[in-house]
Amino acid sequence: MVEFKMPSLGADMKAGTLIEWRVGEGDYVEKGDVIAEVETEKGAIEIEVFEEGQVTKLISKPGESLPVGTVMAVIGSGVDSEAEAISKRDRETVVAADGVKTEHKGNGYKTAETEDIPKRRVRSSPLARRLAEEYGIDISEVQGSGPNQAVQKADVERVYRERMKEREEAKKEADKDREEEKYAEKAAPAGQQVDEKKDSMRHAIAAAMSRSNREIPHYYLQKQINFERAQQWLIEENKRRSVQDRLLQPVLLVKAVAQALTDVPALNGFWINDRYQPGESIHIGFAISLRTGGLVIPAIHDADLKSIDEIMQSMKDLSDRARTGKLRSSELTDATITITNLGDRGVDLVHGVIYPPQLALVGFGRVEERPWAENGMLGIKPILTTTLAADHRATDGRQGAQFLEKLNQYLQEVELL
Amino acid sequence: MTASKKTKTNKEKKRTPGKANGSIDKERARDLYRMMLLIRNFENKSAELYTQEKIRGFLHLYNGEEAVAVGTIPHLSEEDNLVGTYREHAHALTRGISAGSIMAEMYGKQEGCSRGRGGSMHLFDKKTNFYGGNAIVGGGFPLAVGLALGDVMQGKDNITCCFFGEGAVAEGEFHESMNLASLWKLPLIFICENNLYAMGTALGRSEAVTDISRKLDSYNIKADWVDGMDVLAVDKAMTEAVKYVREFRKPYFLEARTYRFRAHSMFDAELYREKKEVEEWKKKDPLVLFYKRMKKQGLLTEKDKEKIAMEVDMIVKEAVEFAEQGTWEPVEDLTRFVYSEPEEGE
Amino acid sequence: MEAKVKTTSTTYRGAVRQAIRQALLDDERVFIMGEDVGMYGGCFAVTKGLIDEFGPDRVRDTPLSESSFVGAGIGAALTGMRPIVEIMTVNFSMLALDQILNTAATLLHMSGGQFNVPLVIRTTSGGGKQLAAQHSHALEGWYAHIPGIKVLSPATMEDAYGMLKPALEDPDPVFIFENSLLYNSTGELLSHPESVDIDKAKIRREGRDITIITYSISLLKSLEAAKELAKEGIEVEVIDLRTLRPLDDDTYLQSIAKTHRALIVDEGWRSGSISSEIATRIMENAFYELDWPVQRICREEVPIPYAKHLEEAALPQTKQIIEKVKEMVNAHG
Repeated sequence: MVEFKMPSLGADMKAGTLIEWRVGEGDYVEKGDVIAEVETEKGAIEIEVFEEGQVTKLISKPGESLPVGTVMAVIGSGVDSEAEAISKRDRETVVAADGVKTEHKGNGYKTAETEDIPKRRVRSSPLARRLAEEYGIDISEVQGSGPNQAVQKADVERVYRERMKEREEAKKEADKDREEEKYAEKAAPAGQQVDEKKDSMRHAIAAAMSRSNREIPHYYLQKQINFERAQQWLIEENKRRSVQDRLLQPVLLVKAVAQALTDVPALNGFWINDRYQPGESIHIGFAISLRTGGLVIPAIHDADLKSIDEIMQSMKDLSDRARTGKLRSSELTDATITITNLGDRGVDLVHGVIYPPQLALVGFGRVEERPWAENGMLGIKPILTTTLAADHRATDGRQGAQFLEKLNQYLQEVELL
Repeated sequence: MTASKKTKTNKEKKRTPGKANGSIDKERARDLYRMMLLIRNFENKSAELYTQEKIRGFLHLYNGEEAVAVGTIPHLSEEDNLVGTYREHAHALTRGISAGSIMAEMYGKQEGCSRGRGGSMHLFDKKTNFYGGNAIVGGGFPLAVGLALGDVMQGKDNITCCFFGEGAVAEGEFHESMNLASLWKLPLIFICENNLYAMGTALGRSEAVTDISRKLDSYNIKADWVDGMDVLAVDKAMTEAVKYVREFRKPYFLEARTYRFRAHSMFDAELYREKKEVEEWKKKDPLVLFYKRMKKQGLLTEKDKEKIAMEVDMIVKEAVEFAEQGTWEPVEDLTRFVYSEPEEGE
Repeated sequence: MEAKVKTTSTTYRGAVRQAIRQALLDDERVFIMGEDVGMYGGCFAVTKGLIDEFGPDRVRDTPLSESSFVGAGIGAALTGMRPIVEIMTVNFSMLALDQILNTAATLLHMSGGQFNVPLVIRTTSGGGKQLAAQHSHALEGWYAHIPGIKVLSPATMEDAYGMLKPALEDPDPVFIFENSLLYNSTGELLSHPESVDIDKAKIRREGRDITIITYSISLLKSLEAAKELAKEGIEVEVIDLRTLRPLDDDTYLQSIAKTHRALIVDEGWRSGSISSEIATRIMENAFYELDWPVQRICREEVPIPYAKHLEEAALPQTKQIIEKVKEMVNAHG
């Protein structure tokens, strides 16, 4: 048994109307015979059959509109299968083809009731919007100077500069307040004002670090440095010194970093306006955590030109002033690279976040006794895990690796520093 | 598979066009009949598959016109070029493109002769110099002129054969190209398949001069016409044409007067012609006429006919199976073949 | 350094002719055909003298049958020749559009990768000579709409020479648009000029304040404007697209990342143009770099009128470019 279906005569033919059957039930049809005439959008077409056999049932009635694929007749020998064919016929599709979908859809706009009360719409350039977001500035607070007061890049940058200035002043204020507090002892519980200043510092750190993570494609390198010789040298050296002249381990690190940067200057400087700007001098920012929370990164100026003692002096001076809030703004802004030493906090390894627009951050973990094989001999050595986080826009791993190797070399020969 | 074996046999025939000069023997009678029947059955199968939505797009069938392709194309050598129209399944089959790859093409499968990117109207095959499959009426003329020009400039001695319907004669490109072909003395055979209707527009309703071969006078191109329902007559006329072009290296125009039995394409109510007219022409069915004549001459028997029918059925059946089993080109490859790809071996 | 390199003074026309001649000398598959390319010497005298040197087969005059001789170029390319088809002006290419769009651009794809068409079509384009509505079209951008062909637009002396060879070496149809107003422009060309890279746009002038994206004769107008603007301290970066299809997006997007402002100067009509396409790509890829809406200077949307003052008003002019740039750059103070 074969079903004769409404044929598809073109992609644009969806249905046809049966005009008349050219055969009767019981007639024998051959391949190629015309079985029916069907009215289409293009006029009446004779429909041929591609099967042969006896027409056992004519299902469709003249006048019916039938979608393509509708079973119209049954061709075959058996009468038994006829009922099956009829039941298969999907009468619903006939209706659906002619029926119009009446489902009403909304116009897609929110009604006034559900709409939020609109914020002031800010006219701005896309670039201004992007920068504002990066700097953590609410663009609606920026006065625009573009066409129709549109906010542009220059406007956002102006506001950013103002904010940075305010923040620095606020930081100084905060440090001053803190100092005053110290002298005032515990006369009064910490005031609300101090918290606000602290917030402002947190905010500045947040903005800088967010920008760093968003903009700077960091790459990280790590090197374990045998610190035995450096440690021994330091012990010997300090034996010869008076208590107040004693050197601290970080001094060696700062000096070694400064020295290594003279060999690999590509890591010293800034990334500004999509290009590398070399640092004119080597000013090493040294991260100092404040007891009151947050951190400052004052710069040790010209660290490559200073002697170990001079660096020790600078560091002492800076950390004293950092804690009393007496840092100069230039010291806070002109570092060309940053060192963070979290070894004394028990940290093994630091994966740092670069302080934009600088190009790199050198991290030191703690010096730890570890098994160390050298020249085929296994021994226990004090090992310092050093890391470098660097800006991939400015340098590649090759330069980073060079730097760490140089750093290692200097730390093996600290007496020459 | 059988299909490719058969087409190989056809190819061998093509290399000996000398046999195809009006004289006829048993073997050749069988070949001609087999090819015409293959076309007929292939087209009928295509129509059936179309109604089942296996084949989509436009489908233009060749029923009734078989004698034209079968009488002409075997005269071409392997090096000759062929430019066809959108009613070109028969030309592809006769040229030796396998029935399977043509069917797969219409299924849209990547095993198709144009990787499923052409469909019924755009059959192409580089191996047999088969340049389409052109679905812009008249668009094939300039292409054919260029093929002939390029070959002549390179000192090749092959010829180019360009098929088109009589409707194309109204196109500007026809006149431009006839002029160029004659002016530049190019070895071209133009074969006009005059089936009397440009879609639904009768010749008399579209041409001021309905004797098409007369138009060629203005281009100084030798032209002739032939009964396109009689494969032996076409065979003979083509023998003349090929001889002329190969000898004189000048274009030749042959009009084959024929008729299509089926609608223009599948979705066509045939409002433009009388049923009676179709019935009249069907009396001149090239397959029926040829068989009767050959039977009379003792070159074909009832047994031959049955045997050939079985062979042809097998080819068509296998072609459909091949197409059914074909695979779809991955959608990721959609934008391939917009520009040439770098040579392989990267 | 540069001064040592030998150059000769020539015209844009001369550069094109030299390139065609060199191609005919280098490769016997190359031939040129078109209306009046032979005996007449080319409508714009580009092919002058070539018929004497290479004969009427390889410098082939054709009847006024644009569709058929472009199609013949396609056919000849398919047989292994490397035809250069000259269509006298882009206006007449409309008569060959069927062959360009329906055959040349589609053949490779619809044959499933079997038939590529190594055809070069050269034509002239552009207004500005008081030739009125039927002889002043600038349809480079319109052709760039078509996948399957490449569209080149040489504006400089070295491109006029250097684009032809890579075009002939390309396996697919390449359409070269020469601006007829450029033919008489003079300049220096290397004594032994070389092929150029046809895949990249070029920064013709560097600047930090604004990017002008342009091609063909509008490049010269833009450079002129940039020179003027520099006197007022405005530094314009001028990008010559050179190839309109496929577009080299990177070059102009990178420039915009620097300048944050983009102006497109396009001699074609504005609606649905190459300038619309570029503006859209900027929106898609560099939206957050923009500090000013992308602006366009295009041909007015009229058929080009005959009267000089009207024609001038209809085409992009240097003065307009200068004013638009000032508006875009100065506003932020």
